[in-house]
Amino acid sequence: MKAVEVDNLTKRFGQFVAVDQVSLSVEQGEIFGFLGPNGAGKSTTIRILCGLLSPTSGRATVNGFDVAAQSEQVKQNIGYMSQKFSLYDDLAVEENIEFFGGIYGVPAAEREERKRYVMRMAGLEDKGGMPTRLLPGGWKQRLALGCAVLHRPPILFLDEPTSGVDPIARREFWDLIYQFSEAGQTVFVTTHYMEEAEYCHRLALMYRGKVIALGTPQELKRQAGLPSMEQVFVEMIEREEAGA
Amino acid sequence: MNNGTWRRIREIVRKEFRQALRDPRMRALMVGPPLIQLVIFGFAVNMDVERARIGWSDGDRTPASRELRAAFEGSRRFEVVAAPESEAETQAVLDRGEAQAVIRVLPGVAREIERGETAAVQVLLDGTDSNTAGIVAGYASQVIGRFAAQAGGGGSAQPGLEARSRVWFNADLRSRNYFVPGVVVNIISLVTLMLTAMAIVREKEIGTMEQLMVTPIRPMELMVGKLLPFGVVGMVDMALVTSLALLVFRVPLRGSLLLLVASSALYMLTSLGTGLFLSTISNTQQQALMSSFMFFMPAFMLSGFAFPIRNMPLPVQWLSYLDPIRYFMEIVRGIFLKGTGMEVLWPQMAAMAVFGAAIMGGSALRFHKRLD
Repeated sequence: MKAVEVDNLTKRFGQFVAVDQVSLSVEQGEIFGFLGPNGAGKSTTIRILCGLLSPTSGRATVNGFDVAAQSEQVKQNIGYMSQKFSLYDDLAVEENIEFFGGIYGVPAAEREERKRYVMRMAGLEDKGGMPTRLLPGGWKQRLALGCAVLHRPPILFLDEPTSGVDPIARREFWDLIYQFSEAGQTVFVTTHYMEEAEYCHRLALMYRGKVIALGTPQELKRQAGLPSMEQVFVEMIEREEAGA
Repeated sequence: MNNGTWRRIREIVRKEFRQALRDPRMRALMVGPPLIQLVIFGFAVNMDVERARIGWSDGDRTPASRELRAAFEGSRRFEVVAAPESEAETQAVLDRGEAQAVIRVLPGVAREIERGETAAVQVLLDGTDSNTAGIVAGYASQVIGRFAAQAGGGGSAQPGLEARSRVWFNADLRSRNYFVPGVVVNIISLVTLMLTAMAIVREKEIGTMEQLMVTPIRPMELMVGKLLPFGVVGMVDMALVTSLALLVFRVPLRGSLLLLVASSALYMLTSLGTGLFLSTISNTQQQALMSSFMFFMPAFMLSGFAFPIRNMPLPVQWLSYLDPIRYFMEIVRGIFLKGTGMEVLWPQMAAMAVFGAAIMGGSALRFHKRLD
């Protein structure tokens, strides 16, 4: 079974076509990147896959569950982190972890261990009582990631998880993504940082609601005959513009 | 209802209490309005006229007219603050608001009384405040009536018919007794409506609502978890206002305290449901606040809190039947002042149950876990 299977997925908001007949599939344990400029439809696609938006037409399954008809089962199987690192700023670090652990139904026996794991992962071992709003961006981001994986979801959706975070924190964050992937978790991540695109196993390049290229970073570079992802990205978009 | 349901509801409730009690603005919203309203309606807004200030214009200058003045002063309801001599002075006294009324005894009144004719005493009232003017006019006719009865009483063979009023439920006609129970109603409405709408919309604003929507929590669990804490806050506020009403303002509670608590809980279905509804149509806290006010102000005006519904034009009276606050107002005043129970208040209770079920049900249908 594929981790994510998308078939001719379309989402319209009135006249505007945000996602235009997108098809792709993601293997278990894969780090799948969604690359594209702002407004390309990356976040909308992720939100459909998480059951937050309903597709206008087409079909998508996550871990075998249909995102439109079985969104509650989908939610049991995913972790989601939005661009805003949505945590409760007025709660302490520990309180956020405890809250999400409770909501996700982490068994009572494991809760303490999972909490310690997240605090260690976020580098916040001794800051459990600190108000979340006082955390610097990089820490907050890792805490948000930690809260999204408390229940060990087989699939993780990360929507621009590294926006507004410094390069070192970004590198550390990707180390965590590799760890998840090695442990068998599938990671579906959107970004507009080119160096991050290189870290992905496979990439879909999205532009104006359409997937205009799909493959491993090496394949994409070879196809375009260009040495860097940045050049590939610009070239592909220009080609698409000229064709349209 | 399985274990998971209760656990998730408990998590939301605990988080909601933590946040509400930690945020100074929320804390202020919970205790501020009850205290301010109590102080305003308990102390400041006083529609009672304890001593009316009057001008005394005596054109007759006879023992009879002086006796009449003594009757006014002796009634303890009036204080003579001016003695205008002329038409112009009378006008000036009223213009400046020195006196709320001027009593004019015209020349020849004493003679007319002696002859057994009907004599007239003029009471000029400052009608800018119609409520006060009405009360002062009432007091003045009482004094004049009593004086007339004594003056003509001896020889007159006319059988007299006298109205002896006795006021029930609020013997001293204290406006405080009328207003303070109403404050209970306003507080519960305001606190539950606004805090609920704000708390839900705030999560939309900071993005945590989206985060909650991707968790396995069910919409019904999220809703119950969000509403319960504010229901509790509403109850605590009701207890606070009721205790102060009884202990500080000495408002009588003649009916059953249990019925008061039960009807408050029933009413909160409506106010919490409305708050939930407003949160589904607002995207920012400002919108939530504005729409709360747009709902609350007309509902407050039509509730009969300050303006008697019977004095409203008929179409407006019909409209007030659509105001859920109206029913709760009648119930609370009935319990506090009249000591009425279910046998009288059941129609209002039924109306509140219908409103509560409709609003809560409608909002629950709108409150789902999707963004579109």
